[in-house]
Amino acid sequence: MDNIETIIAQFINGLSYGMLLFVITCGLALVFGILGVLNLAHGSLYMMGAYVAYSITVSFGFSFWVALIIAPLTVAVLALIIERTLLHTTYKLGHLSQVLLTFGLAYILHDLAKLVWGANVLSISVPSLFSGSVSILGQTFPLYRLIVIGVGLVLAIGLWWIQNKTRWGAIIRAGLSDSEMIGALGVNIRFVFTVVFVLGGFLAGFGGVIAAPILGLYPDMEFQTLILALVVLVIGGLGSITGTFTAAIIVGVLETFGRYLVPEISMFIIFALMAVILIWRPHGLLGKQVTEG
Amino acid sequence: MSTRSILEVNHINKRFGGLEILKDISFQVQPGERIGIIGPNGAGKTTFFNLLTGDLTPSQGTITYQGKDVTDEPNYQRTRRGIVRTFQKNNLLDNLTVLDNLLLVLQRKHGLKNTWFRVRNEKNYEALYEEAEELLETWGLYPVSNKIVKNLSYGEQRQIEIMLGIATDPEILLLDEPTAGMSQTETDEIVRLLDDLPKDLTIMIVEHDLDVIFGLAERILVLHEGYIMNDDTPETIRHDARVNDIYMGKKGVS
Amino acid sequence: MTYLKFGIAVLLFGAAPFFLASFHISLLTEILILAIFALSLNILVGYTGLVSLGHAAFFGAGAYAAGLIGQHVSAEIITTLLGGVLVSFMLALVVGIFCMKVNGFYFLMLTLAFSQMIYSFIYQSTTWTGGSNGLTGIPTPSLLGLELSNIVWVFYVTAILFLLLYAGISIFVKSPFGRVLVGIKENETRLKSMGYNTKIYRYVAFVISGTLGGLSGVLFTYFNGFIAPTNVYWTMSGTVLIMVLIGGAGTMIGPVLGAALIVILETVIATYTDMWMLLLGVIFIFFVIFLPEGIYGVWQRSTRKWLKGKIPQPELKKVDREKVS
Repeated sequence: MDNIETIIAQFINGLSYGMLLFVITCGLALVFGILGVLNLAHGSLYMMGAYVAYSITVSFGFSFWVALIIAPLTVAVLALIIERTLLHTTYKLGHLSQVLLTFGLAYILHDLAKLVWGANVLSISVPSLFSGSVSILGQTFPLYRLIVIGVGLVLAIGLWWIQNKTRWGAIIRAGLSDSEMIGALGVNIRFVFTVVFVLGGFLAGFGGVIAAPILGLYPDMEFQTLILALVVLVIGGLGSITGTFTAAIIVGVLETFGRYLVPEISMFIIFALMAVILIWRPHGLLGKQVTEG
Repeated sequence: MSTRSILEVNHINKRFGGLEILKDISFQVQPGERIGIIGPNGAGKTTFFNLLTGDLTPSQGTITYQGKDVTDEPNYQRTRRGIVRTFQKNNLLDNLTVLDNLLLVLQRKHGLKNTWFRVRNEKNYEALYEEAEELLETWGLYPVSNKIVKNLSYGEQRQIEIMLGIATDPEILLLDEPTAGMSQTETDEIVRLLDDLPKDLTIMIVEHDLDVIFGLAERILVLHEGYIMNDDTPETIRHDARVNDIYMGKKGVS
Repeated sequence: MTYLKFGIAVLLFGAAPFFLASFHISLLTEILILAIFALSLNILVGYTGLVSLGHAAFFGAGAYAAGLIGQHVSAEIITTLLGGVLVSFMLALVVGIFCMKVNGFYFLMLTLAFSQMIYSFIYQSTTWTGGSNGLTGIPTPSLLGLELSNIVWVFYVTAILFLLLYAGISIFVKSPFGRVLVGIKENETRLKSMGYNTKIYRYVAFVISGTLGGLSGVLFTYFNGFIAPTNVYWTMSGTVLIMVLIGGAGTMIGPVLGAALIVILETVIATYTDMWMLLLGVIFIFFVIFLPEGIYGVWQRSTRKWLKGKIPQPELKKVDREKVS
């Protein structure tokens, strides 16, 4: 590494990439933490968000801001349909069935996306408001990347606040440990599950829109994203927003530096990190022990 | 005392986070003793058992078995040494047959646990199946040998639980509430079978049914809030005012 | 009875090239290779209860090792087969040490992590493996100097290994050792308190499973003559898992049926549409929700219902007979 400026530049890049990973992963973490469903279709929902945003902005010519609202909502509706028609039938079949179901869904959505949007690499341009760049310590940075960092921070704080300071958060935390207790509280557990799954879908879609200008749209994008999100989830520990946040930043920065310094083995490093964490602390950096499903 | 103690527990402590479940427990067990352990719910009886079997490790203190320190030995190692337990809740191989459950226990004793290229059936392993059938007869489970465990009644599953413990060839058998949830007839049957066990077998038994305890045990430990409050003969315990106070008064004791 | 079935299978496989077109022989070979792959995963998923999402790592390790040995050392089947199996065996030995520390969801994630490590290594290490282009120019395998240029020869090699492995695994899962694995799947706590060091058993199951997975990878190089990184990608691990689950996990014939169904469907569907993943996803979801015990499970259940009262159940018969005597 040549000098301190490059380090800073890479660090900021890594930070924004990490924030993107957080935005993408937090929905997955939420659903897994509360429903115990490891949603292997999460990457697909992310992809749908990105593609719908593409259609809205490029095909129909609306602004990025319209896409930022409509696309996540569309994905949330999709998640609602999935939860109501398919997922709820598997709650009684156990966690393995749910994982497998979402795995099957990922296959289906993969081909559907290919059918509608084709197999070419597509891209969305950065909204004009954020298309400029800023200079920090003599280095210029795309403004959009800094905005992403801000969005990630706001989302993290918001989720933390909801989980720890609100009634909904209390219900959600209870769901993590004791679904019978929630039933006793008079809260419809099924309803909570539906809401959480839809919220997870919304966050996935939101991540898709935010990430599209940086990461682009291409076939297989959902699997690459899913794998990275799973890595973040495992490293951070299940059911911990703080853990997911920390892990996303670590993975983002490590992956960015890795690609810069040792491009040959950058992905290898990430997976090796995850393996080490799993062996050293099987419940992740900040995860609490969740009873196994 | 002429005999050496088979099991020695020295100043055992068990904490979960900040919560101290067991506090400075010490006692010795002589070969062939039958010890009952009683105490109100939450006194730490099951935790105590888990420490003896190796399912948990103590925060402090040592456990010596036949002169050897086994404090850090995993549970399967202790089973091989002869410390065998049964579970409070039925903890069987629910989707296998009764015979299959039993054979898994027996095949290890028959030195077959690492035989990987010979089908396990009656023709190939006659002695193994014979022993299994004998045990099933003794426990009155022969007629259901080939039934899937989860389809059997609760009482039958309870019987299997204890049969598996005994089939493991224990030197010291730890029974965790063997008659929990059983009808009176079923309880009597279990008590009769336990009575018939060889007299040199050391038994420790946690039980809520005091009739069972007083019938079987010749020495009783009373656990209360993590301490051993009493360690005495059934007769003395029965008339101890403090025990009556804190234990007999509580709900859930018949 | 068992010997009879086995004999019939030997005869059918032996005679197949005489009345099947080479296209069908090729299809059958592919099915058998993937059936071996599925059978190897089934030892882990179906019999030990450990769901792996990284089994393609072993398939890939065997395939690439065989390909590279064929290129650089010798195309002799004995060399490539032993080499490929040895490499996947060693890989399983190492990966297994780590994977045995965890259970359930964490096992799934750790196997996935390791397989992706292998994948990214293969994908990025262009000099050795050809990177994203795949490994090309693998010489035709030969047996004792005889080139196996005809698909029929590859078929025979595959069929022989398949039959041997099928018989071997059948014995293995019914052996005392195999029953311990089933016990672990059912209730590991209980097995421990019975005196079994379950970690060692899981480890051995993992190594056997990985080694045989590598063997199927070796056969795949003979069959395909080319290996792509996608053969190591996690979708490959997913597909083989689907084969096992659709066919019937924890049964011997199930994974074979699953492999056959998937390969045949893929071949048939490919002529009409390229929406193969969509169809696979739909079929898979259908099985997960409605037929979780798989094809063989359904078949067993329906025949048992049909046979009830006509034939006494074989398992029961044994003990009852003893009782009478």
